Amino acid sequence: MEAWHFTEMPYPNLPPLDSLSTMRVSLSNTHFDPKIGADLYNRYLDEYMIADDVGLNLLCNEHHQTATCIDVAAPLTAAILARQTSKGRICILGNPIANRGDPLRIAEEMAMIDCISRGRLDVGFVRGVPYEIFAANTNPTTTVERLWEGIDLVVKAWAPTDEPFNFEGRFTQRRAINLWPRPYQTPHPGIWITGSSDLENIKRAAGRGFVFATFLQPHEKVKWMFDGYRSAYRDTGLPGGGGTAYMPLVYTADTEAEAEKGAQELTWYLNAKAEPQYRNPPGYVPVEFNVNALKGTFTGRTDAMRKKSMEFLKEEGVMVYGTPDSVAKQIKRLYDLVGGFDHLLMMQQAGWLDHKRTVSSMSLFAKEVYPQIRDLARTKPLESRAAAE
Amino acid sequence: MSTNERKKTSVKLGGITLEVERRGAGRPLLLLAGEEQLELDAPFVDELASSFEVIIPSPPGFGQSERPDWITGPDDIAYMYLDLIETLGLTDVTVVGFSFGGWIAAEVATKNDSAISKLVLVDAYGVKVGGPTDRDIMDIWTSHPAKVVAAKWVDPAKGERDFSKMNDEELTVVARNIESFARFGWEPYMHNPKLKQRLHRIKTPTLLIWGEKDGIVDTRYGEAYGRLIPGSRFAVVPGAGHYPQLEAPQAFMSELRKFIG
Repeated sequence: MEAWHFTEMPYPNLPPLDSLSTMRVSLSNTHFDPKIGADLYNRYLDEYMIADDVGLNLLCNEHHQTATCIDVAAPLTAAILARQTSKGRICILGNPIANRGDPLRIAEEMAMIDCISRGRLDVGFVRGVPYEIFAANTNPTTTVERLWEGIDLVVKAWAPTDEPFNFEGRFTQRRAINLWPRPYQTPHPGIWITGSSDLENIKRAAGRGFVFATFLQPHEKVKWMFDGYRSAYRDTGLPGGGGTAYMPLVYTADTEAEAEKGAQELTWYLNAKAEPQYRNPPGYVPVEFNVNALKGTFTGRTDAMRKKSMEFLKEEGVMVYGTPDSVAKQIKRLYDLVGGFDHLLMMQQAGWLDHKRTVSSMSLFAKEVYPQIRDLARTKPLESRAAAE
Repeated sequence: MSTNERKKTSVKLGGITLEVERRGAGRPLLLLAGEEQLELDAPFVDELASSFEVIIPSPPGFGQSERPDWITGPDDIAYMYLDLIETLGLTDVTVVGFSFGGWIAAEVATKNDSAISKLVLVDAYGVKVGGPTDRDIMDIWTSHPAKVVAAKWVDPAKGERDFSKMNDEELTVVARNIESFARFGWEPYMHNPKLKQRLHRIKTPTLLIWGEKDGIVDTRYGEAYGRLIPGSRFAVVPGAGHYPQLEAPQAFMSELRKFIG
């Protein structure tokens, strides 16, 4: 199993959260102090470099118009890390290809970062959470189609071509595509994709040999998704070779009491608020889901996890915290409960969790937990016959 | 009551099946409902059906109508409705469009108004009259739902819909309508930048009816819209918001009848 350090690069220096109606989309940017921002960016990048030093892989992402994540351009972060680190793999999870709207620009950026890092890049693609629709003004009813058309075009563009080719699709029209540079890895970097409910999407990822990742979900649902993936998965021999990834909040400390205090800080992320109109833009989820929303039985993914007790979240595998042996035990339990997984994506920093405690947690994890879980077996197809199809 | 029988039909146009309701008898009146299709159950439509044959198509993706991917907005839907007029053999048609349906009606009339004898736009979307930073049309998708309701209705209680009383089939229509409205109105937001330049083509006598207190598209927007249509007249319904036909039906019908007979 591979372990990854992750922070969303939060900007926690806000008025009391109770006094805000939203932390996303429309929170006034007068709350952003560039001097604090400068300190935070440099601090979070330092933490990635320390994570690399202690032997972890590095995961970054991007969001827009939100205090929960001031990393607004994951390729910039990845480019900095490509140059300033030397060991760990670097994964962007992911490129919001539907919202950015220019798949070829993303293909170029990824190829360049892959070259600078000498082949340490994994390239994730995400549809983007509902809030992201508003910053990008993407039509919420077409993001799934945009995502897949974009990914397929990126993969085609990364391949060697003797002469420029044309692509005249539904969302992108270009007539002379000839990508310089090509990626460092052959045939291309490993591709990752995220999901939270759409089984067809998951199977499509599995069929293409992409890694499937999901975040902060109860273990039963994770198993359901991973089973769906494994039933359609075959190892296509691509770099990365497909697989499954799961992200809980993780805090490791010398004592249970310290760990609990650290983990408590991480719940800041779960309590990030957004006004109702940003949570489920029209057509973002299928009609059947919205029928349930009208009945009041579907409230969105993040809402389901908000305001739950830490004990509950620990039981569900959404939070992992404790002493090194306890953390290792929790991860193995989670591994068994979901039918195994390949990548542990650890949100080890959120909210007000400071530099000292963030570094202490990740260092202890790398030293005492990672050796206990590193050799867990990787994802295998669930049904070999289905996988062969 | 036979004149008010709601005949649900389906019409195939260019390979796409549209749901088309026909009600009453008389000269044809093409009623283009708003995005919520609240007009379908409103009494004023029955009153119209006493002297017109009221023909109500559901746009692609609304009601039971199909929605192929290539249909991206009212510009495309307008061609389908011209096909509908031709297929049903309609002439001397009165077209009345509400809100989103008003936008479609304007698009139809700019393309070919030879079969249209009267055009009525009620609190319609469709054009941008101000500059890039002017909010001509309230952003219903980035605003808190309570604010949207308050902007739409003088009496917000009238806008409440009890979804718990609807079955899954009815809720599916509501959800499809919400989704399809976003498909067609998201960007450019609620307007076609080209429509403004085409409105001068409308030769049909045109009336714009506007709710005095419409907070989604206010009367200044409506007046500016009207100035783009040569010879059009503008009428205001007092005590009504975005849906004067539902909030002040008598005053609305009085303005409408004066114009369409």
